Amino acid sequence: MMTMITLMRGSVMKIHGLSSASRCLAAEGGVRGLSSSSGPRVCIVGGGPAGFYTAQQLLKARQDAAVDIYERLPVPFGLVRFGVAPDHPEVKNVINTFTQTAQHERCSFHGNVNVGKDVTIDELRQAYHAVVLSYGAEGNRSMGIPGEDLPGVFSAKDFVGWYNGLPSNKELHPDLSFETAVILGQGNVALDVARILLAPVEMLKETDITQNALEALAGSKVRRVLIVGRRGPLQIACTIKELREMVNLPNTRADMLPADFEGIAEALKDLPRPRKRLTELMMKAVKEGGDDKAEKCWGLRFFRSPVEVLAGADEKRAAGIRLALNKLEGSGESVRAEVTGQLEDVDCGLIISSIGYKSIPIDPAVPFDPRRAIVPNEMGRVQDTAGLYCSGWVKRGPTGVIATTMNDSFDTARVLIQDMEAGKLDLSVNKPGAQAITALLQTRGVRMVLFSQWEKINAEEEKRGKSLGKAREKLLDVDEMLKIAWS
Amino acid sequence: MSACALRVFLQRAAVTRKAAHQTFSQTRAFPQCVTGSYTHSRGINTLTNSLRAEEKVTVHFLNRDGKRISVKALTGESLLDIVVNNDLDILDIGACEGTLACSTCHLIFEEAVYKKLGRISDEEMDMLDLAYGLTDTSRLGCQVCLRKDLDGMILHVPDVISDARVDSEKESSTAPPKV
Repeated sequence: MMTMITLMRGSVMKIHGLSSASRCLAAEGGVRGLSSSSGPRVCIVGGGPAGFYTAQQLLKARQDAAVDIYERLPVPFGLVRFGVAPDHPEVKNVINTFTQTAQHERCSFHGNVNVGKDVTIDELRQAYHAVVLSYGAEGNRSMGIPGEDLPGVFSAKDFVGWYNGLPSNKELHPDLSFETAVILGQGNVALDVARILLAPVEMLKETDITQNALEALAGSKVRRVLIVGRRGPLQIACTIKELREMVNLPNTRADMLPADFEGIAEALKDLPRPRKRLTELMMKAVKEGGDDKAEKCWGLRFFRSPVEVLAGADEKRAAGIRLALNKLEGSGESVRAEVTGQLEDVDCGLIISSIGYKSIPIDPAVPFDPRRAIVPNEMGRVQDTAGLYCSGWVKRGPTGVIATTMNDSFDTARVLIQDMEAGKLDLSVNKPGAQAITALLQTRGVRMVLFSQWEKINAEEEKRGKSLGKAREKLLDVDEMLKIAWS
Repeated sequence: MSACALRVFLQRAAVTRKAAHQTFSQTRAFPQCVTGSYTHSRGINTLTNSLRAEEKVTVHFLNRDGKRISVKALTGESLLDIVVNNDLDILDIGACEGTLACSTCHLIFEEAVYKKLGRISDEEMDMLDLAYGLTDTSRLGCQVCLRKDLDGMILHVPDVISDARVDSEKESSTAPPKV
């Protein structure tokens, strides 16, 4: 059935592709017939959802605008490729929109370019009328506790990168031979990790999860996953879809602490509908638990903050985690956790910290707020820097789903267009755009990957996937990607 | 294969693809209408229109800029299909292509019309809960199929948030969910 659908999907995409090809010309070589036009030239740093949505909006709003997207990896799409869980393929449908944008005659994608290292922001600002920073959040917030660097402790960002084929995480080799895993944080990323750890292999084996992750999970001894949050059930950050997937996971049962839910039933009636439904689902899991015969279990644990990772007797790796018990102070939206002094130790061999991604500065010429880990800006205009804008997580912080980033990117694009129309950007000056940057990169020995070359990588991944009965088998090695792209 | 049969085949397969992915879900509910993936069916729709025996119904979209867009559409199409197939100028709608993985096709109905619509599945409700400006008469357009008795209905396209207005340090209950 899956092969039939895959085959059919392939042929249908060709139909769609033909109609779009007749409308757009693929841009090759970075030099277009339009290069002598006087339209605005905009450069976007980052080829993920923020970059693509910003580009899409700019192209639509100005029929004379040319947009170039620069991406560090040879492959586009950012967290849609490396963050969205393998068993959520529909969420990745946005790739079709991004592909249309990349193939637009006034847009070109330049992969394998490390902005900040291969080319500076100042050099980009000289070549373009405007530069938009959309490079997201590649770092993670650390727990800041002793033992955090012991083997067996991972950031959720790295763990997700590992099963999603992010090249820099391919050597992660998480040890899955322990019965209990503890995840710190209760957002959708934490729930994704829990689900991937406990899902039956049948659920994953036809997805685009990497083969080595699939094999590791098939041999996993993890049977119990605790998902720990510092505040209470009413503050849980995940959304109901992800929680429902845990409740419905085959061969698993929910293991919650009724004490964590004291007073919650009474609070239900005053909650807005989304929060109410989410809370009701949790309470149902507390009451019903699930099949006692289920060999795997998962549980939410509230009012607990990590204070130390405990090493095993050999002092060589993590064997447990020490949690501080909290109480809540304040009310409504400003509820905070405060320590009580009580502690609790949990034995576990796998600890995953899912407390947030974090943006990093990529160029000293760009202002950066280290406290909030974002580029300081007003509605997307970078502070004190004319012609520089930002969109997505690097602008607002690393929260929100793809649709949130879409709206945000459209906001930045609108502001940029306004500035063009108000004369804040001098469009009377001709800017060389990609032509100049390509030449500069050539002198530095940097060769780009064009969108049509990414499509060769894409075809190869789909081909390899087909022979394994999967949606795709991602290439894990940048050099291998480049070899195929430039073949 | 005739164009008609091909379209139905594509739609059914797309639903099956979704179902195959979610066979583990106990609360799985098929969408009311077989919507399939609209980008795929788009070109074929224009071919099959002349072969169709379904009825044409008028629908009005009240756009974000206050302008009304009226269109005649076929019964059986989802409201998202209608927007896409007629290339209506309603922005940013249908990011997940009708697969219940986003809330961008959020539409607000008149109360009397809302009451006539079919039962809303848990899956639709889960995604609808994430929509900005959720109301008691909100639905996801990809899950509502056009019927003859919905002729003349007015659909309100809600505003999407401008996140700059939301203080990111403070989170309101209708703020976008965290990742």
